[in-house]
Amino acid sequence: MTGLVVVLCAVAVLALVLILGNLVLKGASSIDWAFFTKSPVPAGQNGGGVANAIVGTGIVVGLAALIGVPIGVGAGMYLAEYGSGKLGFIVRFIADVLNGTPSIVIGIVAWTFIVRPTHRFSALAGSVALAILMIPMLARTTEEMVRLVPHSLREAALALGYPRWRTSLKVVARTALTGIVTGCLVGIARVAGETAPLLFTALGNLNFTLSVTQPMQTLSLQIYVYATGPFEEWHRMAWASALVLMGLVLIISLTARWVTRQRYGSVS
Amino acid sequence: MVASANARLRLEASHLTAMFGQHRAVRDVSLLFPAHTVTAIIGPSGCGKSTMLRCLNRMHELTPGASVQGEVLLDDVNIYDNDVSAIELRRRIGMVFQRPTPFPTMSIYDNVAAGLRVNGRRSRAEVDDAVTRALQQAALWEEVKDRLHASALALSGGQQQRLCIARAVAPQPEILLLDEPTASLDPAGTQRIEELCHALKALYTIVIVTHNLQQSARVSDYTAFMYLGSLIEVGRTNELFTKPKVEQTEAYITGRFG
Repeated sequence: MTGLVVVLCAVAVLALVLILGNLVLKGASSIDWAFFTKSPVPAGQNGGGVANAIVGTGIVVGLAALIGVPIGVGAGMYLAEYGSGKLGFIVRFIADVLNGTPSIVIGIVAWTFIVRPTHRFSALAGSVALAILMIPMLARTTEEMVRLVPHSLREAALALGYPRWRTSLKVVARTALTGIVTGCLVGIARVAGETAPLLFTALGNLNFTLSVTQPMQTLSLQIYVYATGPFEEWHRMAWASALVLMGLVLIISLTARWVTRQRYGSVS
Repeated sequence: MVASANARLRLEASHLTAMFGQHRAVRDVSLLFPAHTVTAIIGPSGCGKSTMLRCLNRMHELTPGASVQGEVLLDDVNIYDNDVSAIELRRRIGMVFQRPTPFPTMSIYDNVAAGLRVNGRRSRAEVDDAVTRALQQAALWEEVKDRLHASALALSGGQQQRLCIARAVAPQPEILLLDEPTASLDPAGTQRIEELCHALKALYTIVIVTHNLQQSARVSDYTAFMYLGSLIEVGRTNELFTKPKVEQTEAYITGRFG
């Protein structure tokens, strides 16, 4: 039995090692300074980089977090603290359904309600799609983290004369804070690699731009374009971009770990 | 001093009935808690003694489905009147629970200051003084004075419970409610809390719930015996334990049931 578990474990780890190894093997050689500082060059030429996609990923995902984190965490707090009634049931049900919705469907929704009425693809539309993807995840993890806070702590605060909202904020949310922050970072890392919701919202852009009302490139879109293209040089760039994206996600995950390192010890 | 300000304080339950839905956990109890004494409420598990205690600072009503009939008079004002704020009331009445409940994200200092900060703005020096005084009253000062900003979770169980007492007394409440405060402590920790009861009754009116009869005999001036939600007998502790007037009380304190 133990042997079986060890073998299964090894298979799981092997998959990760293979992916990472392959990325480094095929991508690392194409990464140089220009890769981070230059935008793509026309097909057929050598050189160029993916600076536009790296910055674009930062902007699209950052904006998505700005929209999604307050709504998601707020909804989670509501579910945990006041969500025992009918409204709580409905919100929880919708969050669960949204959690299971394919991300491309959410991309279509963002296209229908933002891209079509405004007649343009934009980074903002992509951010909204990613935020919608993020909200139900954050709501449910936040709810779980807040529920882990022992009831006795709430009672202790209320018995001291804390109003209910202050108990929720100063004692309950603070005790669950590392868990909530970790949940947010995991959610952000998860959407940072999404491609499907961005295909017809952020669309992609071969040029460097900072304008969120313009189409914008992200690493995931860049990988999609390069990997499906006909040129050997593009394929190399796709591998390198994938390596960079993986590194970004890894950094976010490590940050999540670093946040959870407990200061005083709390629920996480 | 606080003691003189509290001298005329009266806490009294009058025909108090507490319900969980349709279940009557406390039935028509009338009980006076004399100022600057320790009153113990004893009785077997499920007799309603904790519920009784939680009615005194309106914690009972926080349980979904809970309701209260009758009155609890604090200085002749019914605390269940519509114009009495439960939040204000709880700032006048400190409470300590069965298990220590220090706030895990806060330091020792911040734990003790928690009740002060929620109760309006105060200067740094005022908070410092109040924290020191509360920790001294809870007999914890000597053990923690060098690590006030360390985590409250670094303390032992007994120290955590004394920290909770310090937190409860820091805002200078008039009444202190103790809900089986030594239930999770070892004998040494229990003894320290009992000694504190003796010391603190000069400053506060104390109500303690316990299912430990020896503890009731050691710490209290008055003892009330509850059974199945009803108050069976109340009297001076030494009288109730030596010559109880009611047969049921005698049966309970001699260990024939419960």
